[in-house]
Amino acid sequence: MSEDSEAVLQLPAAPAAAGGENLSELSPETATPEPPSSAAVSPGTEEPAGDTKKKSNFDILLKAVGDTPIMKTKKWAVERTRTIQGLIDFIKKFLKLVASEQLFIYVNQSFAPSPDQEVGTLYECFGSDGKLVLHYCKSQAWG
Amino acid sequence: MTDDKDVLRDVWFGRIPTCFTLYQDEITEREAEPYYLLLPRVSYLTLVTDKVKKHFQKVLRQEDVSEIWFEYEGTPLKWSFPEKDLLHCPSKDVVEAHFMSCMKEADALKHKSQVINEMQKKDHKQLWMGLQNDRFDQFWAINRKLMEYPPEENGFRYIPFRIYQTTTERPFIQKLFRPVAADGQLHTLGDLLREVCPSAVAPEDGEKRSQVMIHGIEPMLETPLQWLSEHLSYPDNFLHISIVPQAAD
Repeated sequence: MSEDSEAVLQLPAAPAAAGGENLSELSPETATPEPPSSAAVSPGTEEPAGDTKKKSNFDILLKAVGDTPIMKTKKWAVERTRTIQGLIDFIKKFLKLVASEQLFIYVNQSFAPSPDQEVGTLYECFGSDGKLVLHYCKSQAWG
Repeated sequence: MTDDKDVLRDVWFGRIPTCFTLYQDEITEREAEPYYLLLPRVSYLTLVTDKVKKHFQKVLRQEDVSEIWFEYEGTPLKWSFPEKDLLHCPSKDVVEAHFMSCMKEADALKHKSQVINEMQKKDHKQLWMGLQNDRFDQFWAINRKLMEYPPEENGFRYIPFRIYQTTTERPFIQKLFRPVAADGQLHTLGDLLREVCPSAVAPEDGEKRSQVMIHGIEPMLETPLQWLSEHLSYPDNFLHISIVPQAAD
């Protein structure tokens, strides 16, 4: 996990995402706003509390392609249920791109997942070593 | 004697009887007749609806005709899933890019992308043109290469599948699943569901609560997954599996 010198930051939730998640950038250790009480879990949560964090978060590594600006922080902790569209919106905001500019995200430097796809699904199928590598580009890099 | 390959043709030429009606609030110059079409079930809705647009344009004021989109019983449809699910009509280029991306993702799972990457640009184009123009032979001349696997193995590396449930908000379930178990046994559709979507399969003696549908039929849960992947995948090379709550009698 610590092979990258970059800090792991909590990826802020996109404002458009369902449910008002918090927008603060924090390290995952302090970010998880779960109740500290150990076994007493709210019955509403879908996953068992013990491994909620492990199960619902993982790292993504964002790499720029071509002349697309790089991001100083490349490694981010994301929730599994975040969609590709949510990620695109976040990167565009982070790079201060105007809304009309396009941004493409690629897996395996090969295919562009559809915007409604959850990153957790991609991580399960194409992630390795606890992270998912994604390339982003302002133009279509791989047709 | 029937050949398993006949199934490919049956799936390809499956049709969905469809009736299009104009949204009731749309202002027309005269009454719009409903429009009936038999749509290819493996195609994308937006590829086959030029005729629908033309039909309704005749009764609409010219300035009102811009983007069209589709609803089914009040629910806006997504275009990106083969037939049945759609939305705003994107340009054909967008649909093509989406289709090729799905193909590449499927081959990443099946062959670590080796087969799709060895193809030439014109082969990719032929896959797309075959689908767009409803040309079975044109499409399958290339697609069969994507269905091959090394003789020493009993199937693909992983089976590209997506499971859709009407009961959840999640777009779909997709995981890594091998066609062959560690002991050499072929995995079945039932094995897959028990592993990734147990709620879809009835307990041993329990009541059946949902239907597992591919192309509108219920394949037997004992069917080997590798066979399903080769014969019942959609043109994008994914097995799209729908879990539908069992209708009450």
